[in-house]
Amino acid sequence: MRVEDNGTGLPHEQIPHSFCQVFYGSKYTLKQARGTFGLGGTITILYGQITTHKPVTIISSTGGDIHEYEMMIDIEHNMPIILRHNVSGNKKGWRGTVVELQMEGDYSRIKRRLLDYLKQTAMVNPYADITFIDPAGRLYRFERGTEKMPPLPQAVKPHPHGIDVENFRRLVVITKERNMKSFLMEHFQGIGSVTAENFLKAAGLSSKLKPKTLQPDDIVKLVRAAKEFNGFKRPDPGCLSPIGEELLETGVLKELNLTEKDFLKVVTRKPSTYLGFPFIVETAIAYGPSVSKQFKSGTTIIRFANRIPLLFDESSGVVWKVINKNINWSTYKVMTDTPLVIAVHVCSTKIPYKTVGKEYMADQPEVEKEITNAIRTAARSLRIFISRSIRVARERRRLNIFGKFLPKIAEFSTKLSEKEELPDIDPLLRAVSASIPDVEEKLKDVPTITGENS
Amino acid sequence: MSQQSPERTHRESEKQREATETSLRQLGNLIYEQILNREFPWVMMQSRSTDNIIYDPELRQYILGGRTIRRHARNIRHIRPFTQLIWTAWFAKELVGQRKTSTLREVYYSARGQADIEFSGQQESDNIITDLEVALNRPREHFNIFPEERSAIFGDLTIEYTVPGYEGRRMNLTDHPDGVMIGPALTSSEFVDTSADKVLVIEKGAMFTRLVEERAHERFNAILIHTAGQSPRSTRAIIRRLNRNQGLPVYIFTDGDPWGIHIAMVIISGSANAAHLRGLATPEAKWIGVWASDILDYKLPTENLTDTDLKRLKELKIDPRYVGDVWQREIDVFLKIEKKAELEAFSRYGLTYIVDEYLPAKLEAG
Repeated sequence: MRVEDNGTGLPHEQIPHSFCQVFYGSKYTLKQARGTFGLGGTITILYGQITTHKPVTIISSTGGDIHEYEMMIDIEHNMPIILRHNVSGNKKGWRGTVVELQMEGDYSRIKRRLLDYLKQTAMVNPYADITFIDPAGRLYRFERGTEKMPPLPQAVKPHPHGIDVENFRRLVVITKERNMKSFLMEHFQGIGSVTAENFLKAAGLSSKLKPKTLQPDDIVKLVRAAKEFNGFKRPDPGCLSPIGEELLETGVLKELNLTEKDFLKVVTRKPSTYLGFPFIVETAIAYGPSVSKQFKSGTTIIRFANRIPLLFDESSGVVWKVINKNINWSTYKVMTDTPLVIAVHVCSTKIPYKTVGKEYMADQPEVEKEITNAIRTAARSLRIFISRSIRVARERRRLNIFGKFLPKIAEFSTKLSEKEELPDIDPLLRAVSASIPDVEEKLKDVPTITGENS
Repeated sequence: MSQQSPERTHRESEKQREATETSLRQLGNLIYEQILNREFPWVMMQSRSTDNIIYDPELRQYILGGRTIRRHARNIRHIRPFTQLIWTAWFAKELVGQRKTSTLREVYYSARGQADIEFSGQQESDNIITDLEVALNRPREHFNIFPEERSAIFGDLTIEYTVPGYEGRRMNLTDHPDGVMIGPALTSSEFVDTSADKVLVIEKGAMFTRLVEERAHERFNAILIHTAGQSPRSTRAIIRRLNRNQGLPVYIFTDGDPWGIHIAMVIISGSANAAHLRGLATPEAKWIGVWASDILDYKLPTENLTDTDLKRLKELKIDPRYVGDVWQREIDVFLKIEKKAELEAFSRYGLTYIVDEYLPAKLEAG
């Protein structure tokens, strides 16, 4: 398997540890990221190694020399073994990373999921151009739909509500602060001198206490006290990078092949928080002839967490629960067999996964409520669209009926009365169709592009 | 009765033909003008819904009440039947103009392939034809549309045809021993001469054939008519003509069961389905058997009345047409004995018993 990107590349000295050491790297600040522990990439290389005993090749450049490593993992010591390291010139100024490895797998079994994964990835990363050549040599292209990219997430300090014992311990290890008050102000977001003193008082600790003297039990107590203390500011959402309504719309339009006859409503909610973690919910609802053509009847759910498609255990997740339990679809004129695509993206510094496998998101109450509100907002536009479509269809049917029968009435009344010329039925047809352009005009007003938060 | 000249009969049927054509043309004119006036065309007609069908004790038949409906092309539910009505009117005008006749079934098939007019079944086309009858206040026979023929007539009656190719030609209805089919040609013919002094209407073909074989028409000096079950409208019209115009009393002879009784009653008082038409009922006609009391008097072989039979009898008992002693008495006897007998039941006394004994007795009493 060979994966290549045109990203920033890695500084070459970080390459061995980044790829061949599990749990490498400590994050003392927070931002929305695809991974959490730096586990996924290394685990893949590890899996390749234990199934084929072949080394991994990493090629990367940040724009200067190109570094090529051939490595294996020393599994017992969790250390990289460098078999080969070449440095070559980079006349063309290539930048990016290539990972090449061998692994055992059953492509035919996973093919559909894999293509879903790529398609959905293209949907929430519409600025990415993805090419996939499968083991059979078949080429799949997911072309970019825009050059625009969402702003990069800013790194922020952790919020005291969201810190866990391990990360707190790491902060204690690296801190240069001499007392608890400055320790809190330095390493956490939203804590000023007053808040720090108030909190320490509530936790029963002296503000003069040296952080390095904290015992493990003290750390546990402090973390618990922080969760119960209500005097902190709300978590800063600046660390989040939602896709945004414009880009999400571009991605969904292109990957679902929607036309102007289809309905698409995209909603990006305002930031919210749960347990000290900021999060944003985004949703898209697609409906119409193109959707009916491509999808089975009923609702097709597409889930994303930090722009990663979630493919498994759909019916256990919070999105399924919201769509099937919380929302009464008949309110929105949606029948159980109405073909509908609902995409939901949750971005957060910590996605509330239910399981370590990260298959699906738990029904964390604040998150569930935000997803429900997002879908309801989009569904309100859908209801307007559907009821107007129904009206237009009914009007068309009416006009059709008149258009069918009035000429016959004209023809046979002419024959019956032995007249020569057919009477003009246009005024009558105009009278029945008068309401149609009106309805169609209104239909155009239905926003199918953006929606404000509500 | 006096003989009519061929010219005069011809003139009379021509007059009706022209009047029919005119009324069809007027319907066309009305709709044509409405469209020219930028109006959605409509036709006013009497309502045929059950609450507008009233029994008129004086006329002794069902009639339509005063409620009218407007078939309106502006109404999305009316426009299809409206279009079918206009098409049917045009089809009728073609028939009348070309002096051709057609059947209900043929009308249904003629609309086949006519996009958007096509009937979904014969029921629908029959219904539209009835609408046209109501709208123009004419029976479908005037439009040269006839039901499938199945009844027959036999006896000393001379008729003169008016149909194309036969105009002026005469025929005596004893010429053919199977009887003459009551079809468009006979219906539109003129009755020229008869020596008969009564009409005997029989429900069943086998009994009709027996009566012809036994020369019942001579013995009773009667014209025999076979209805083949419930009589078609053209047959009822002929019975009425013989009664009204030729002054012949009419006697009806049916199976002794609720269905037989009702065959007689429809001849006498008409049906609710034809409430919009006059000239079909013969109130003076008499039902002479088989009565329930005949079953007892003649000790006829019987069958038990079924639940359906009993239910039907109870409906008839409260039907406004069944006023009068004979009807009520016989229904009561049926309900009491719970037996029924067919015309053929008399065969237990020999094949000629019905002609030799039963009919003379009943005619005498009637």
